[in-house]
Amino acid sequence: MTALLLPWRMLRRDWRAGELRLLFLALLVAVAGVSAVGFFTDRIAQALQRQANELLGADLALIARHPLPEEFARSAARFNLRTAQTVTFLSMVLAGEKNQLAEIKAVSENYPLRGQLRRAERPFDPGVIAQAPPAPGTAWLDTRLINVLAAPPGGAVTLGTVQFKVDAVLAQEPDRSGDFFSIAPRLLMNIQDLPATELIQPGSRITYRLQMAGAPQDIQNFRAYLQPRLSPGEKLEGVEDARPEVRAALKRAQQFLGLAALVSVLLAGVAVAAAARRYTLRHLDDSAVMRCLGATQGRITHLYVGQMVMLGLAASLAGIVVGYFAQWTLADLLGSLVAAELPAPSWRPVAFGLLIGMVTLLGFVVPPLLALKDVPALRVLRREIDAGKPRTLSAYGLGLLLLSGLMLWQAGDLKLGVYIILGTAGALLFLAGAAYAGVAALTALRKRAGVAWRLGLANVARRARSSVTQVLALGVGILALLLLTLVRGDLLASWQGSLPPQAPNRFLINIQPDQRQALREFFARADMPDPALYPMVRGRLTHINNRPVTARDYTDDHAARMVEREFNLSWMSDLPNDNVVVTGSWWAPRDYDKKFFSVEEGIAKTLGIKLGDSLTYLIGGDTFTGVVTNLRKVDWDTFHVNFFVIAAPQVLQDYPASFITSFYLPERRAEFLSKLVQAFPNVTVIDVAAIMAQVRRIIERVTLAVEYVFLFTVLAGLLVLYAAIQSTQDERRLESAILRTLGASRRQLLQGLVAEFTLLGLLSGLVAALAASLLGYVLAERVLHLPYTFNPWLWLAGVLFGVLTVGVVGWWGTRAVLRRPPLQTLREI
Amino acid sequence: MAAHPYAAWRPAEEQTFQQAAIVQAEMLGKQVLGPEGPLVLLQDISFSVMPGEAVAVVGASGSGKTTLLGLLAGLDTPSQGRVLLDGQDLFALDEDGRARLRGSMIGFIFQTFQLLPGLTALENVMLPLELMQRPGVDARDGARAVLGQVGLQERLHHYPKQLSGGEQQRVAIARAFVTQPKLLFADEPTGNLDQATGARVIDLLFELNRRQAATLILVTHDEELASRCGRRLRLVAGRLNSA
Repeated sequence: MTALLLPWRMLRRDWRAGELRLLFLALLVAVAGVSAVGFFTDRIAQALQRQANELLGADLALIARHPLPEEFARSAARFNLRTAQTVTFLSMVLAGEKNQLAEIKAVSENYPLRGQLRRAERPFDPGVIAQAPPAPGTAWLDTRLINVLAAPPGGAVTLGTVQFKVDAVLAQEPDRSGDFFSIAPRLLMNIQDLPATELIQPGSRITYRLQMAGAPQDIQNFRAYLQPRLSPGEKLEGVEDARPEVRAALKRAQQFLGLAALVSVLLAGVAVAAAARRYTLRHLDDSAVMRCLGATQGRITHLYVGQMVMLGLAASLAGIVVGYFAQWTLADLLGSLVAAELPAPSWRPVAFGLLIGMVTLLGFVVPPLLALKDVPALRVLRREIDAGKPRTLSAYGLGLLLLSGLMLWQAGDLKLGVYIILGTAGALLFLAGAAYAGVAALTALRKRAGVAWRLGLANVARRARSSVTQVLALGVGILALLLLTLVRGDLLASWQGSLPPQAPNRFLINIQPDQRQALREFFARADMPDPALYPMVRGRLTHINNRPVTARDYTDDHAARMVEREFNLSWMSDLPNDNVVVTGSWWAPRDYDKKFFSVEEGIAKTLGIKLGDSLTYLIGGDTFTGVVTNLRKVDWDTFHVNFFVIAAPQVLQDYPASFITSFYLPERRAEFLSKLVQAFPNVTVIDVAAIMAQVRRIIERVTLAVEYVFLFTVLAGLLVLYAAIQSTQDERRLESAILRTLGASRRQLLQGLVAEFTLLGLLSGLVAALAASLLGYVLAERVLHLPYTFNPWLWLAGVLFGVLTVGVVGWWGTRAVLRRPPLQTLREI
Repeated sequence: MAAHPYAAWRPAEEQTFQQAAIVQAEMLGKQVLGPEGPLVLLQDISFSVMPGEAVAVVGASGSGKTTLLGLLAGLDTPSQGRVLLDGQDLFALDEDGRARLRGSMIGFIFQTFQLLPGLTALENVMLPLELMQRPGVDARDGARAVLGQVGLQERLHHYPKQLSGGEQQRVAIARAFVTQPKLLFADEPTGNLDQATGARVIDLLFELNRRQAATLILVTHDEELASRCGRRLRLVAGRLNSA
């Protein structure tokens, strides 16, 4: 206890003297950002963990895009497993004049096997646990669907050719999947009614599930039994891989937000190191006196390190508390996208926050602090004796090393981690280079400037290294904000600007061959432009050049998903207007009956398909093989119907096909859609505008969340600036005292300071704007393929933000210098 | 910490009656390598100081006074010779050993006071006691009492910069005496004070020294101050010139 007493007292004394506030704040910011992200991701991870088998509604599920053989359910029974079936698909639901695209789920009697199915009498009620799924002839609608259709329990809805009585509100279903973006509301019905609706048509996109539950050993045995018997397109999902899309999103969020928070730790680390260095320099004499008074080196180390550990603990705990409150904002922004209710966070993020605090302390505070024990006691008699100042390398080296370790860990993947570290280092080097060039350029201006500017320039140039650090730290913060606000806005505007004004906003799918004529007449009667109907068959890519293709062949997630999914294959004679052949040539009429494919160039690249390759598709039960004779570039932004893979016109028409079209529906023609849905109940309407609005809302929330995390980065950048100003405080005092003695007026000194900070802010803003423009350019031209538009506001905003923040912080940091009478300063130093 | 230096030193108190020297310098020398070759700071310094004595080390600026003080207190290491403090060979100890010895038997007073700016007067005086962690010693009470003796009971919670030069030096004197050292080193204690203040501080210094029966080694270039000490050691260009 007594071992802690003196460090504690010293901590209190130094705190009172104001020496530790900056250090405390910088540590707090480092921990707060990381904790906010930690608390938030912890809550989501817990929500997923808790609901694991509820999310699946079973212990094991077999999923396919085609009806599953009866045999599977029978063998499951032999393994003592209970089974249930579900069939899900999108369809229009009608109630009177109203209609809405909904996700329909038809379930068998014993659904669900795991988790709770809850029904309620009124929307928004928590409801009661249902003993059985909807009876034949009835349907349960979720609150959203009831509201849109104005069809409360007791009412009726039409689905396909059948009218259903609305029996209850669907309050909760265990295996609600694919609702990460919550695009379509839900209707739950009995599987026995399914054939009567006539909605199951060839080419419809339907998901069949066989759910299984039983003793763990039986599940394991059955899994082993079933695995080799699966045909392509049949997938087993266990509890551990439930909700893969949410898990993937969570992993991304954890990685991305975590790394964003680590950037603020990095900057805060620089501020911490600067503050620790200053603290050390200011305590060299104290340490010498204590050595003189009998303190051993061990005692000095114990005193200072002990004091800092206490400070670090206090700052970390404060940071964790700030992070805890900050995570509510993150949960507000993102949580509702994932789960209705997030559990309270666990203690894990607290431990992580403490770890970050201690790592920052160990990495950035302790190394310079250790110089204190080496101060020669003789310094009390002879001040000129070199006290062995802390070295820059020791101040930053360990910290950067530890942070790199943290980044690796946060990335959760060695390769990704190394890329990120190298990328961060590269970006910092680039920014540092730009900052250095800026400082050098300013130095050249010095000879021509007036006295105030010359003083300011002299200060920036003389402390070149410190100036570059300040410009860099603040530049990174400004860069992050510019990217997330202006650059993002530019890219979005550029994309929206590239859309034609009357781009199709509705897609019709599932149109049956015999409905084509009726549909065109329906459009003509309503005075709508004739819809272009494209045939479509669904096929799974099984071989490229006779080599089997599986998801495992692709390291790229996107490619793996593409291979697992069924492709929509179409055929046509003429190249669509918004397509351009880039390699090979489009088919001539004499080739119409040849087995030729035209492939979109992007997907060809993703899947590694080249001109002349042969592609084999499994369509229904048959295989179809053709040769790639051209690659196309598609302008997807027209929102016309387009296909990744198109076949020559006379080779696929014997396969079961459905038709698809897109059209522009003016706002005021909503009634056209209602009539259309009533006339063609099996046709599914996809509201592209609504989906895009939804996606945009999600993107906006995600960006807001990222911006929010980067606010900690800006804060850390400002702390670096403040720390740098603080560390030059004594020097500034002496200078200004000498200048005052030489006759400089307060006004001249103030102008000098204003010049210095204006220049620093200017440089930060310029460096950030330069980097943001470059990144914006690369994103637009290289990644998103949008025309890049130069935005002068980017530069103006960057410079203004830089000058203003640096000006305010600089004035705040140096105001004491100007207030002091020069003699007082000269006497003290 | 079974053999705390303080405890080890206690029995030596009896030795003071047998008139063993408390400070003994033997053939001390110090050279440093300057820009123009080796530079002799001190050479062949031998003398001893008996317990209770007050000795002034005088000499012109640059004569080696401060160097000698640094060696006697073990703040610096000599090029030749040795220093015995209370019979203990100072340079047979390592740096930490010397620090412990300083903590247990030496008090310091500096020309520039060397108070810790972040600590109040009381805390500055408490510091040596706190650093020693002597069991059963209440640092606060001890410091309060000594500050009372130097007449600063009203100034306990002032920071150094809120005190006048004389007051700061009185705090420094209190800090030097609070551990009841056997040996006191003072380096130009009035160098930064005006004459009247300096005189009062010196009176206080001698008064406390007499009351605690400590040995005083005082470095000064002020002959009048030196004359108040029982003996003078005069340094001329790094050599002892007994006066």
